[in-house]
Amino acid sequence: MNLRGAGVSPGVGTGPAYVLTGAVPEPPADSTYEGPPEPERERAVAALGQVAGELEARGNRAGGEAKEILKAQALIAEDPGLVVGVKALIDQRVAAPRAVYQAFAKYRDMLVRAGGYLGERVADLDDIRDRVIARLTGHPLPAPPPVAGTGEPYVLIAVDLAPADTALLSKEAVAAFVTEAGGPTSHTAILSRAMGVPAVVACPGATEIPAGTRVLVDGNTGEVRLEPTESDIAQHVSAHEARRRRMTTGGPGRTRDDFRVQLLANIGGPDDLDEALAAGAEGVGLYRTEFLYLGRTEAPSVAEQEAAYRAALAAFPGGKVVVRTLDAGADKPLAFLPSAAPEANPALGERGLRLFERFPEVMAAQLEALSVAAAVNRSGAVRVSAAAAELQVMAPMVATAQEAHWFTDACHAKGLPQAGVMIEIPAAALRAESLVTVVDFVSIGTNDLAQYAFAADRHSAALGALQDPWQPALLDLIAMTATAASDNGKPCGVCGESAADPAMACVLVGLGVTTLSMGAAALPAVRTGLGAHTLDQCQLAAQAARGAATAAHARAAARSHLPGLVELGL
Amino acid sequence: MAERKVTVAAEVGLHARPAATFVQTALKAPMDITVSKGVTGQPVNGKSILQILGLDVRQGEDIVIKAEGEGADEVLDALAAIAGTA
Repeated sequence: MNLRGAGVSPGVGTGPAYVLTGAVPEPPADSTYEGPPEPERERAVAALGQVAGELEARGNRAGGEAKEILKAQALIAEDPGLVVGVKALIDQRVAAPRAVYQAFAKYRDMLVRAGGYLGERVADLDDIRDRVIARLTGHPLPAPPPVAGTGEPYVLIAVDLAPADTALLSKEAVAAFVTEAGGPTSHTAILSRAMGVPAVVACPGATEIPAGTRVLVDGNTGEVRLEPTESDIAQHVSAHEARRRRMTTGGPGRTRDDFRVQLLANIGGPDDLDEALAAGAEGVGLYRTEFLYLGRTEAPSVAEQEAAYRAALAAFPGGKVVVRTLDAGADKPLAFLPSAAPEANPALGERGLRLFERFPEVMAAQLEALSVAAAVNRSGAVRVSAAAAELQVMAPMVATAQEAHWFTDACHAKGLPQAGVMIEIPAAALRAESLVTVVDFVSIGTNDLAQYAFAADRHSAALGALQDPWQPALLDLIAMTATAASDNGKPCGVCGESAADPAMACVLVGLGVTTLSMGAAALPAVRTGLGAHTLDQCQLAAQAARGAATAAHARAAARSHLPGLVELGL
Repeated sequence: MAERKVTVAAEVGLHARPAATFVQTALKAPMDITVSKGVTGQPVNGKSILQILGLDVRQGEDIVIKAEGEGADEVLDALAAIAGTA
C-alpha cells in the first residue's frame, strides 16, 4: 500500500512506523466496574502516583525550568482534593478511568471559568488527566519517544503535531514525519525543515498504518510507501541525491541575470547558526529572540543578551543580521510582563511591540544589549581587518506609522542606525507608504499577515486553505508593501515560511521583495530555483499569480512562468 | 487554631512556582492547613495545588492561612514566608 501527501521537507527517510494516536478517548459516561470498590480505588490511586512519579522523573532529567514545571504538574496528579474526588466516584460504582475523568472535570471547569492565566493551565490539566487514564486503560500515550526504542530512528505518524509533542525530538530519534492534516506552513512543516528531517503532510489515511510497519517517506515527492523493497529505497534515495546535486549550496542569491537577492536564515538562537552557515546563508533575516525570555521569572540581563546577539553577528562577517525584538504576549505569557487584563483572544491582544509600550524598560534593555553587541562586534572586526556584520533591528506587531516611528526613534537614540518593522498586520501593509517613510527597512511576516488578513487562526488545521501563502489577497498585500518600499528606496524582506518555497521565492522577488529569509534547510533549493530564472520571468510569474482567482490557480499560473523548477525537480 | 494573614508578594501571585513551593511545604506538615482569600473567603485545602490555584490570588492580595496542633506556628511561619516573598 502506498499513500501520498504533500512533501514539505525534502529528503528520504525510512524506519518503523510510530503512530501517535490522537487524544486519549473520554471513558464512557456509564462505565462501571465488577467486584468490590477497594481494588478499583487502589488501581486509580496507583495510576495517579505513577504519573506523578513519571512527571517528576522526567523533570529531573530535563533540569532547569522544565524541572519546576513538571514538579508542579506532579503535584496536580497527586492533589489530595482530586484523590478524594476519584475515590468518592469509585464508591458510587463509577469505573476508575471515568472517575478520574470526572474528578478532573470539576477543576477543569473551574480553570475554564477563571480564564486568563488559569484558563491557559487547562491544557496542562488535560495532559495529566490523559496520562492517568491511559495508564488505567492501557491506551497508548500521545507522546513520541524522545529516543528510538530499537535504536533505529522511527517515522512519526500523527493526525497533526503540536510543538509540545516535538520539542524534545531530534534527527537521531525521527527518520521522517507524516501527518494527515497540515499544510506547508503547519508546525510540522516548519519544524521538520528546521530539523532537516523529511516530512509529508496532508496525507489522508496515514494514522491507519499499523505501528511498526516499515515506511519510506519521500519529502520531495510526497510519497509514503509501506514495506518498501531495498530497490525502492535505493531509487528514492538516488533521486533525492540527484536533486540535491543540482542544488547550489553556496554563493550569494541571484537570479539568472544577476539580480541580487540576499538569502538569509531564520534562527531561534545561537544553536541554529551552524546549520545556517552550512546551508550558505548570507546572514540572518529573522533572529527570534524569545528563547532568551521564555520560561524566565525575570528579564535576562543585558550581558546575557549581548552575548547571544554577538554570536550571530560574529558568524556572518560582512553579512547581515536582522534581530526581531521580543515577540511575547498573552499566548506566550512571561512572569515579568504580566498582561493588563485576561485576554480572550491573545493573537489580537497585547503582544509584540504593544507590550513594550507598557514595559519600556524591557525594550530599553534589549536595545541596549543589541547596541553593545554591535559595538563590540565592530571593534573585533576592525582588529582582524574584517568587515563587520550589519545589524538591523525590527519590531513585531506594528499596526501604525506612529508605532513604527516610536520604535525607530528609540533604536536610533540607542545608536542602532538600522531600525525597521515587521509587516504582519494588514493595516500596516495597507498604509505601507506611510510606514516605510519613517523606518529604515521592512520585513513581511507572511504567516501572521495571512492569519490576520484572512481572520484564520494559524493553529487551526481546518482553516489551512486560508493560510495558503498563494492566496491572491495575501500576494496583493505583499505587492503593496514591496512597491511602497521600493518607491522610497527602502529594503523589503520576507521572513515567513512562504519564502521557503522555491516557486513562491521567485514570485516574491518578482513582486519587489529584496531579501528572503527562511529555515536554513530550504536555502539550497531556493537559491537554485532563483538562479534558474531571470528577474523578468519572476515578474511575469508574480503578475500571473496575482491575476489568478484562487490559491491553486495562482500557484499553477506562477509555475507556468518558471519552467526551470520542473527541470530541477523543485 | 493559629492563623497568619499575608499579602502575596510574588509578581505571578499565588500561581506557578510560588503555589508549587507553598503546597510542597504544606504537604510536609502533619496537620490540616486551610487557605482563604481575604478574611471572609471560603477556606480551601492548603495541600491541594488545584484548590490553591482556583483561589486565583494575585500579587498584592491577602490570604489567611490556618492550622491547628503541635508545630502549627512553625508551619504557618514557613508558609507565610513563602507567600510573602516576591
